[in-house]
Amino acid sequence: MASKFINITLKIWRQKNSNAKGALETYSLNDVSTDSSFLEMLDQLNEQLINEKQSPITFDHDCREGICGMCSLYINGRAHGPDSGNTTCQLHMRKFKDGDTIYVEPWRSRAFPIIKDLMVDRSAFDRIQQAGGFVSVNTSGRTMDANAIPIAKADADKAFQAAACIGCGACVASCKNGSAMLFVGAKVSQYALLPQGKIEATDRVLNMVRQMDEEGFGNCTNTGACEIECPKGISIENIARMNREFLKGALTKS
Amino acid sequence: MSNSVLFKSSIAKKYFMALTGLFLCTFLVGHLLGNLQLIFKTGEEGRRAFNEYAYFMGHNVFIKVLSYVTYIALIIHAVDGIMLTIQNKKARPVKYAYNNPKANSGTASRNMAILGTLILVFLATHMANFWWKAKITEEIPLHSLVKTVDYPVGQNPATGEMITKPIEVTHYLNTNGTYQQFKVKDPSTGQEQKLFDIKNKHEFYDITSGVKIGEGYKDLHTVVMTFFDKNNSSALFGVLFYVISMIVLGYHLWHGFASAFQSLGLNHPLYTPIIKKIGMAFSIVVPFLFAIIPVIIYMNH
Ligand code: SF4
Ligand code: FES
Repeated sequence: MASKFINITLKIWRQKNSNAKGALETYSLNDVSTDSSFLEMLDQLNEQLINEKQSPITFDHDCREGICGMCSLYINGRAHGPDSGNTTCQLHMRKFKDGDTIYVEPWRSRAFPIIKDLMVDRSAFDRIQQAGGFVSVNTSGRTMDANAIPIAKADADKAFQAAACIGCGACVASCKNGSAMLFVGAKVSQYALLPQGKIEATDRVLNMVRQMDEEGFGNCTNTGACEIECPKGISIENIARMNREFLKGALTKS
Repeated sequence: MSNSVLFKSSIAKKYFMALTGLFLCTFLVGHLLGNLQLIFKTGEEGRRAFNEYAYFMGHNVFIKVLSYVTYIALIIHAVDGIMLTIQNKKARPVKYAYNNPKANSGTASRNMAILGTLILVFLATHMANFWWKAKITEEIPLHSLVKTVDYPVGQNPATGEMITKPIEVTHYLNTNGTYQQFKVKDPSTGQEQKLFDIKNKHEFYDITSGVKIGEGYKDLHTVVMTFFDKNNSSALFGVLFYVISMIVLGYHLWHGFASAFQSLGLNHPLYTPIIKKIGMAFSIVVPFLFAIIPVIIYMNH
């Protein structure tokens, strides 16, 4: 398919720092290749801004191949833009038409404060992980081979699907309640399904949920927006599993 | 202590929301079955059946306990919902300038708080119109039946025949299901003669001995019928408000029913699609049946 070039108008959230008041700024960008990714388009805009001696737009990115979860961006009212099952780095400009106006905003959540422009601080997710998203293993040199423990195929598959979460935060961004339950549900499930994770299961779910609440995320009301916008197709089945695990944990913890 | 998470955490709130919501669904079914008697039986038979049912609902111990559980469930559901909504609003202090939530979620699911508030408003008017009358106010009529009977006034000395004249007799329906004669009225003189006293709005006392003889039924049937009577100027508004409220309830249930199961942790590839279908059917059938009752009453009057 021959590549095309389009001219677009961008409305991008600019904010100097976490305390500053931000606003949407309008930019025109010409000759954008429809083969370029959304981030490459932003690179092109930044080049233009630098040439005009303006400050470039700050946005998060790292792998640019859809696996690290760093790129974020709320594009035209949706997390990671109009496509489904993808991150912003995997969104291509062929999804847009010549003359389009595109809104670009950061993830909006009290728990994800804006650092600058489109970049938000997602360390709340790290703290939730640190509260229980791990298994304790002996690393004295006599570590047991994980593959020596037989695991039912169905469980292994489900755990693997849950582990596909890249911690991007699209679930929080697209949830009308700013809830992090899909992320936490995935992280709880990935261990709860495996024999290695069962030992610390009770503390894990209670601690991770407590941390999630402390970070100021909202409460899930089952709208299902998260699983639609999740680039990794994490199912809200994982939230149900977390709820079960939580009830079990809350009732049995002495 | 260690179990305070059972009340405070976000997931606990979901459990409470789900459990009270599903309980209130069972209440809806019970209430609906009672209401349907308003249209299935007509005339005096219908009135009697409905009033007897209403009396049973108001006096049976089990139902009484159940009604208190319902009030508590309703309060928890509403308070929990308000708390959730406030916290959820706080979780996103700055709104998106451009948002397209239609792309990822259903309208009902995003508007549960508004729908719930509207249902609460409906409930307040509903309680004022019917519950208040049934339970508190003195204004409610007792279930009475006015009959004209031929009353013997003496004997014809010539023929020995009984001489009668028509008089009106008011009967009241008693708790044991029998009609008790309350007063007789002589149409020629307009004189009324009382046979019983009514105390506490529904208790019958013998006028001479002062002994309690029975309890009369509050005529809730007539209250409902007059409320939705075409000849009553506010009835059309009443019917419309009722129908709209039931549509609102339907939307609330459209999301709420299946959502409750997800909150309780019941998500299963086999059962969840079935639960969703039942939820859709429930959210259409139950409010629809509720809504047609006032419509039918309105049209039949
Ligand atoms: S659950 Fe999906 S949307 Fe949420 S953080 Fe993980 S990958 Fe991103
Ligand atoms: S930059 Fe790594 S997922 Fe987009």
